[in-house]
Amino acid sequence: MISSQNLTKTYGSQTVLNIENLEIPKGQSFGLVGNNGAGKTTFFSLLLDLIQPTTGKIVNNEVQVNTSESWKPFTSAFIDESFLIGYLTPEEYFYFVGELRGQNKADVDALLSNFEDFFHGEILGQKKYLRDLSKGNQKKAGIVASFIGNPEVVVLDEPFANLDPTTQIRLKGIIKELSQKREVTVLVSSHDLIHVTEVCERIVVLHKGEVVRDIQTSAETLKELESFFGG
Amino acid sequence: MFRHFVNLQWKAFFRSASLGKDTAVKVIMGIFAAMMLLYLGLLGVMLYFILEKAFPGADPVQKVSEYFLYWILIELFFRYFMQKLPVMNIKPFLTLPVPKSSITHFVLGKSALSFYNFMSLFLFVPFAVVLLTKGYPLWNLVFWIISILGITLTLNFVNFLINKSDKVLIALAAILISLYFLEYFSLLPVNAFAGELFYLLYQNPLFCLVPIALALLFYWLNYRFLRDKIYLDSTLKKKVKEAVTSDLAWTKKFGDIAPYLQLDLKLIWRNKRTKTQVYISLGMIFYGLIFYFADSYGATSTIYVFVGIFMTGIFLSNFGQFIPAWDSEYYSMIMAQNIPLRKYLESKAGLISVSVVVMFLLSIPYVYFGWQALAINFACAIYNLGVNIPLILYFGSMNKKRIDLDKSAIGNMQGTSATQFLVLIPLMLVPCLMYLGLKFLISFEIALAVFTILGLIGLAFRKPLMSHITEIYRAKKYDMISGFKQKIN
Repeated sequence: MISSQNLTKTYGSQTVLNIENLEIPKGQSFGLVGNNGAGKTTFFSLLLDLIQPTTGKIVNNEVQVNTSESWKPFTSAFIDESFLIGYLTPEEYFYFVGELRGQNKADVDALLSNFEDFFHGEILGQKKYLRDLSKGNQKKAGIVASFIGNPEVVVLDEPFANLDPTTQIRLKGIIKELSQKREVTVLVSSHDLIHVTEVCERIVVLHKGEVVRDIQTSAETLKELESFFGG
Repeated sequence: MFRHFVNLQWKAFFRSASLGKDTAVKVIMGIFAAMMLLYLGLLGVMLYFILEKAFPGADPVQKVSEYFLYWILIELFFRYFMQKLPVMNIKPFLTLPVPKSSITHFVLGKSALSFYNFMSLFLFVPFAVVLLTKGYPLWNLVFWIISILGITLTLNFVNFLINKSDKVLIALAAILISLYFLEYFSLLPVNAFAGELFYLLYQNPLFCLVPIALALLFYWLNYRFLRDKIYLDSTLKKKVKEAVTSDLAWTKKFGDIAPYLQLDLKLIWRNKRTKTQVYISLGMIFYGLIFYFADSYGATSTIYVFVGIFMTGIFLSNFGQFIPAWDSEYYSMIMAQNIPLRKYLESKAGLISVSVVVMFLLSIPYVYFGWQALAINFACAIYNLGVNIPLILYFGSMNKKRIDLDKSAIGNMQGTSATQFLVLIPLMLVPCLMYLGLKFLISFEIALAVFTILGLIGLAFRKPLMSHITEIYRAKKYDMISGFKQKIN
């Protein structure tokens, strides 16, 4: 589904990302872990064509992302609050995203009804604009918006940060369910090793912009990761 | 304590991320400010002679006193729009052993040094000096200036109290206009009455205690108000307005740009700065009256072309010049979401086109000044539609500065760079020169025909033009994304 070749990103003399080859097959739930500055967000930004690669390319479902826009219909993402439109209510935002992805109101409502539990009654029908919601609730809205319109690739940067424990557990359930259907490729980055090992079948560790581990998740993965970061 | 605050403010200014980049804007603003003070100073010097000539035999001080009330109201009006409330990042101080009273005193004290407080001094001190040379008594003048200083500071502090509500603004405008009409139709001798009151300040130095007491009173009110505000929750917790949702179903008529159009309409309506732009634009329909009433230009003067371009294109230039920075808060989303750039730009062009048409329709009453006025406005509207819309979108591709939508509206230079000044040349100056040349060389009718034809050519070539502009936006996309991410405070 997603393949990147000779991908590097350099700012001045500093190389922040250098990935020789990375293939992510369709339907995989893919986890990206690493310390601050490891290049996780850089990789996602390159995948979404928000920054330009210094060398190399990313191909998303046979579309090279920095030369064509046709990866957009099947890719959705929530990176940070700059993906939210502050002056819309959550409902309006969902309908807007729905409209961009060819979903009418009924479709969006049907999808949202699956997330009532996740929203915990704090998002819908609040008569508040997104800019007036708390950081955690903004994040919930952004994450759910990225599920609208049956995307084939979902990119979530640090989805667990800022969420309360209940929501973290619910989000894990949602991501697992999503990847079980084998149709959606989910890319998640996190600082929390426990969360990623729970939801991702494959974990890639980035360190100073380079891939240092590429692990198929198993019972020992958490230990392995802890010893990598601890040692 | 104050020494530390001054030091911190100094560093905040010189170390701000925007310093180098905004220097050009700051220099231009500085020049404007200096020019304004200079003009006020010159006016102050000449005021005595002007009044002497305009009202022979009357005492200039008496005349100034009569109009002083309007000066006060206009200054307050001006301050309301332009003067920024003094701000200081108080959060780091809350847990430090700093008395809240000194933070408050510092913030208020700093505001006393604001540019706006010097305006009346630059006008009235030279005036007083001239009076002195004309043999007016020194001490009366000194205390008169002190009174004016007191009034200025009172206005300064009153402004901070009223700045929080639009109602006060409307009330002020209403007072100003009704006072003027009461005087104009001789219903009430407002000027004479106010004149006597303010003349007292000059006549009897003791009365200067009144403005000083008022200034102190409003300082104290502000102090009490601010002092209680220095808590985390009261500064962080904004008043949350209840969201009013609307589905704007009528936009569906515009086909596939409808969702973007809806978004833009919500953008405009739900954010203070953009909303003010709409009001300003609508208000500017009266701009032409100044020139048409002046009546000394002749029906086909170039100034009317400027007026026509300006009136029908005011929203075009005010809103258009900041495209796409209006969307800077969520520009990454716009770029990553399923939005073809082309559609995004077309919807902006659509919105501006509607504004041009609306402004033209509103300008139809200008036909009262002759058919030429209507013809000029029509040609200018077509020219705006065909030529200036692609032009402003093209210049938009140079925007890389973030705009925070919830910041205040007027006098807000955020997102402004040299581009915003440059864009006015092709947008307004070039058509004016072109008209001047054509009218001079050939005729008025031909000049307007050329305008209309150019506009129509622009409309006919809208598609390829938009494709070209889209390509430019695509090439600049990465610069825009990273530029819009930089928050400037």
